[in-house]
Amino acid sequence: MTDATQTAFPAQTPRAEAARDAQGRRDRMLLLIVALLALAAPILLNPFPTASALAQFNAGYPDLMQRFAIYGILAIGFNILFGLTGYLSFGHAAFLGVGSYSAVWMFKLLSMNVIPAILLATVIGGLFALVIGFVSLRRSGIYFSILTLAFAQMCYNLAYSVLTPISNGETGLQLSLSDPRVLDGPSSGSLPVTSLFGAEMREAATITLGGWSWTFSVGYYVCAALLLLAFWLSIRIFRSPFGLMLRAVKSNQNRMAYTGLSARPYTLAAFVISGMYAGLAGGLLASMDPLAGADRMQWTASGEVVLMTILGGAGTLLGPVLGAGVIKYFENIFSKINDAILHQWVAVLPDGLEDAVVAVIHPFVGKGWHLTLGLIFMAVVIFLPGGLVEGARRAGAVVRRRDRNAPSVESDAAARRAAAE
Amino acid sequence: MTSRFTRRGLLKTGTAFTASGLALPTIFTSRASAFTNEPTGSSVVLGFNVPQTGAYADEGADELRAFELAVEHLNGEGDGGMLSTFSSDALGGDGILGKRVDFVTGDTQTKSDAARASAQSMIQKDGAIMISGGSSSGVAVAVQGLCQEAGVIFMAGLTHSNDTTGKDRKANGFRHFFNAYMSAQAMAPVLSSLYGDDRRAYHLTADYTWGWTQEESIAAATEALGWETVEKVRTPLGAGDFSSYIAPVLNSGADVLVLNHYGGDMVNSLTQAVQFGLKDRQANGKDFQIVVPLYSELMARGAGSAIAGIPGSQNWDWKLEDAGTQAFVQSFGQKYGFPPSQAAHTCYAQTLLYADAVARAGSFDPCAVVEALEDYDFDGLGNGPTTYRGADHQCFKDVVVVQGAEDPQDEFHLVDIVEVTPVDQVTYPPDHPMFAGGSLGECNPGA
Repeated sequence: MTDATQTAFPAQTPRAEAARDAQGRRDRMLLLIVALLALAAPILLNPFPTASALAQFNAGYPDLMQRFAIYGILAIGFNILFGLTGYLSFGHAAFLGVGSYSAVWMFKLLSMNVIPAILLATVIGGLFALVIGFVSLRRSGIYFSILTLAFAQMCYNLAYSVLTPISNGETGLQLSLSDPRVLDGPSSGSLPVTSLFGAEMREAATITLGGWSWTFSVGYYVCAALLLLAFWLSIRIFRSPFGLMLRAVKSNQNRMAYTGLSARPYTLAAFVISGMYAGLAGGLLASMDPLAGADRMQWTASGEVVLMTILGGAGTLLGPVLGAGVIKYFENIFSKINDAILHQWVAVLPDGLEDAVVAVIHPFVGKGWHLTLGLIFMAVVIFLPGGLVEGARRAGAVVRRRDRNAPSVESDAAARRAAAE
Repeated sequence: MTSRFTRRGLLKTGTAFTASGLALPTIFTSRASAFTNEPTGSSVVLGFNVPQTGAYADEGADELRAFELAVEHLNGEGDGGMLSTFSSDALGGDGILGKRVDFVTGDTQTKSDAARASAQSMIQKDGAIMISGGSSSGVAVAVQGLCQEAGVIFMAGLTHSNDTTGKDRKANGFRHFFNAYMSAQAMAPVLSSLYGDDRRAYHLTADYTWGWTQEESIAAATEALGWETVEKVRTPLGAGDFSSYIAPVLNSGADVLVLNHYGGDMVNSLTQAVQFGLKDRQANGKDFQIVVPLYSELMARGAGSAIAGIPGSQNWDWKLEDAGTQAFVQSFGQKYGFPPSQAAHTCYAQTLLYADAVARAGSFDPCAVVEALEDYDFDGLGNGPTTYRGADHQCFKDVVVVQGAEDPQDEFHLVDIVEVTPVDQVTYPPDHPMFAGGSLGECNPGA
């Protein structure tokens, strides 16, 4: 796990070169681990047999896994802006929303293939970010946040009512049988489904092994592939000189200005990149489920991205993905635990005690999932300011031996001697 | 580091990825069941997707109570409720087709996205064969679309927009609740007898799809009476403060204010209109009147004494006197201690109607259920003789017109029934201009 404090200075000495090599190795290792996790997610997220009471906690069904990956992409993009430059955008939902709308329009007008939809969504997300960023980035700190929030709310309200011919208002933009679909031709009978060169997004195979049942869907693997691409790009940006400039913006913008560098082009570039990530996420959401609604752009949606990033660990590579996963897990799994299920769990207890236990747990599950999430968020912010990633690192440090770093010191020394000779 | 990524290597991996991507579909060919989530065990799962957080959480909670009651009755527990008054006797209190009814719940948050995610998880994870519930048209239309794609049945909860069974109708979706057009048609004769045929109406309308269809419907119905529409003003959703919209009404020359608002908007705009003294005013030599086309008990409670004398329409009211209503109110009251809302009633009726359709069809296959429900005539579910029209999957039944009570005896007697408008008055052809532009498509059994 790497984080923002590790910087890659321009390599002159062999020692720095060695450090950079080590970092490169670690990054590749991280990418590989993420790839393996993503590949095996349908199995890993279904740890409980289908018939058991704990199956309630299984998250390995296509729709939720797709959301993990998609919101992961959104959070990674947000982190490029917030984690590196420190600019807190409160309007990222706008880019997610316009991405979804442009993708659905692509499905309506051009073809059910997801490629043009995703491409257009990314481009439109970037364009919106360029316009909004150009205006908002004239200010920093809280003023920047408020400006982006205002723009996002503007987009939301426009989509909700004024722009109904384009956005279909409250109901949300959906496919219909009468859409032209120039490349596919008009459809009859039932609505067409999104596909990637004929492979339908909802196509899935279920493998049953013992009590377990795993669903592998095309849609999830498309999302996972794009998540990996997004993650790899984000690693490259973190390690690049451009990423270094973004960190400079965060640490001291004045000093940067005095050295003769203008921060605006860098921040605008970061803003546009993260807008494109959000557009891509929006396009993917629409590709998995061809609907674009205005509430995707509401301020709560913007706030959610901020929560994801902070919960996982702002400025870290893996943190935002973790945060996105945790929040979506609570939204979809905890919100579905109702009293009937609680009673089922504690049925072994005597009646009076059973009711008491259910009464205690009741406010935290079902409709109370916001409360549980809020408590966890507070705990993380108070005790683990670096997010879940810091928690994992602390746990790792306890397990690992303390003299772990010794070999690297030796190898540094060896490299120095080799250079001297 | 970059040197490790050679162009050749990239091309090779790229080709491998593409090849595996193209090979993928051939693996995914296993299709075991005849339709989505075919129940194979001794139980069947229904999904109840209601707003548990957000603006309509109260209605969602009441819907959930009704669902639980319906499941109890289907499984032969409790007093059976409306099962005993229902005109069909296909249901015997032994679940559905002998399978015990289980249910899962979810939170729509009154957002299309969250509602679809929640419904999707019920279908993919819990194996739900039918989704029901919801308290707004946006959510209903969104979830209806999802159910059509996934191949399960959607029994809409509270949704009043014309679009649900109009422009956005779907073969797998059914609506028991009435709609904006029916509201307007039912209100018109009552408005005429209460206020005469020579009135000038001023509309304040929530600026989104439902508000527009409501405004269009009521304006058309009142203009047919001979009323004149002075002005139609759109207010942003959730405006909170409506004083700047109400002040211009005073000098507009109008003598009736129509509030096409629902939920919190309706509570706020009505309260403020009353505070402005509109109800005590004279205009054009007549008493000024306020009309709220869609009523709900929960909103009436929120608006308090402001609703006294204000007319509106409802899908159903617990004070109706038919046997079905009495049986339902009796068993709901016994379990929860207060009378049910119209949202609860429609959800209860929808669950029974679905179960009955499955029992009559002898199969859970969505297409068989659709066939059993289309053009189905029934009675005894609280609304009198009712038809589920096959052409647009809308229920046609009497509409209740109510008026806010002047001096309510308790918080459950806030409205008085003025008239029950007969079904003929509110029936319209399936291709009526306000409902045109959609098509049901074919029923989709999924899998």
